[in-house]
Amino acid sequence: MDYIIIIISAIFVNNILLAQFLGVCPFIGVSSKVETSIGMAGAVTFVMVIATIVTYLLQKYVLEAFGITFMQTITFILVIASLVQLVEIILKKVSPALYQALGIFLPLITTNCAVLGVAILAVQKDYNLIGSVVFAISNAIGFGLALVIFAGLREHMDMVNIPKGMKGVPIAFVVAGLLALAFMGFTGLV
Amino acid sequence: MSQWKNFSKGIFKENAVFVLFLGLCPTLGVTSSAINGLGMGLATTFVLVMSNLVVSIVKSQIPDKVRIPSFIVIIASFVTMVELVMQAYIPALFEQLGLFIPLIVVNCLVLGRSEAFASKNSVLSSIIDGVGMGLGFSIALTILGGVREILGSGTIFGFNLHMFPVDEEGNPITMIVFVLAPGAFIALGYLIVLINKINKKNA
Repeated sequence: MDYIIIIISAIFVNNILLAQFLGVCPFIGVSSKVETSIGMAGAVTFVMVIATIVTYLLQKYVLEAFGITFMQTITFILVIASLVQLVEIILKKVSPALYQALGIFLPLITTNCAVLGVAILAVQKDYNLIGSVVFAISNAIGFGLALVIFAGLREHMDMVNIPKGMKGVPIAFVVAGLLALAFMGFTGLV
Repeated sequence: MSQWKNFSKGIFKENAVFVLFLGLCPTLGVTSSAINGLGMGLATTFVLVMSNLVVSIVKSQIPDKVRIPSFIVIIASFVTMVELVMQAYIPALFEQLGLFIPLIVVNCLVLGRSEAFASKNSVLSSIIDGVGMGLGFSIALTILGGVREILGSGTIFGFNLHMFPVDEEGNPITMIVFVLAPGAFIALGYLIVLINKINKKNA
């Protein structure tokens, strides 16, 4: 039951992009085509889940065990950065097809604050290991959902008449605001 | 390039938020009031100036292949310092900014300046670049925070402006959506239009 609440809360109510503003850079920068945003969402899901598991174990068995939790920020970002490199190398060897699909998005993920944000949030919320994994997966789904919906909207925006000054990024922000407004309708669901 | 130009480019022509669209997560996430925006801006400025300084000092010692991880470690060290200092001296603001303080590490503005500017320029230029960029970032966050605070709660820096009608209990009836998530996106969208217009007129 608890896990269902975590899932619904992370995907709809506290959507990581539209309610918590994590990962806005790729949201505005990458998501102008549905296809590329699906690729990005896949890569983020992959890294987010692995990163959350590794940082959870590090937090419990290294940082807390030795009483050096103030090193959290440095440790987590280093883990994520090296993890991204590792995932890239492994994917290249093991599954060239998947690497082709996700390849170009992987390096971008190091500076995607959603990954570090979810890792820190999972620790702050004091979930156990399974809870953290569920939390990471549902946040990744929430991220992907918002990214793909938004890309679809932007594909349509290319075809409509927009005032000259609003073209490009400004209208993207306004549309994102309206999308966030729509997601606010889920408030109270949990 | 004269040092004045180097300084002022970060505020106007290459403003991180309004022109380059860097560091958007904290820009949207913490600006529900002007004071939060200013606090976040100044914390980021400190990290930016210090990491620019250190990167420009050690740039010749770092092998090219590992420069990005090295920059991240340098930045993360200063972020940890800011975190600890804020937690000790301004716990209220620290609570408000919450998650976004550790997330300064992944603010693309900070890493971007280390990579694009500090790793190629002298120590003095790098410091000036950091101060200018940081100031531009702070100003942008304060403006966005101010706009959202005025429209959403009818106050600025906590002072009541008495510009909204009040209900029977004396609470002002404000456009509450502006302090919530959607208002951040919408307010920033229209601010960018406005800044573009001003920049175009001056150019």
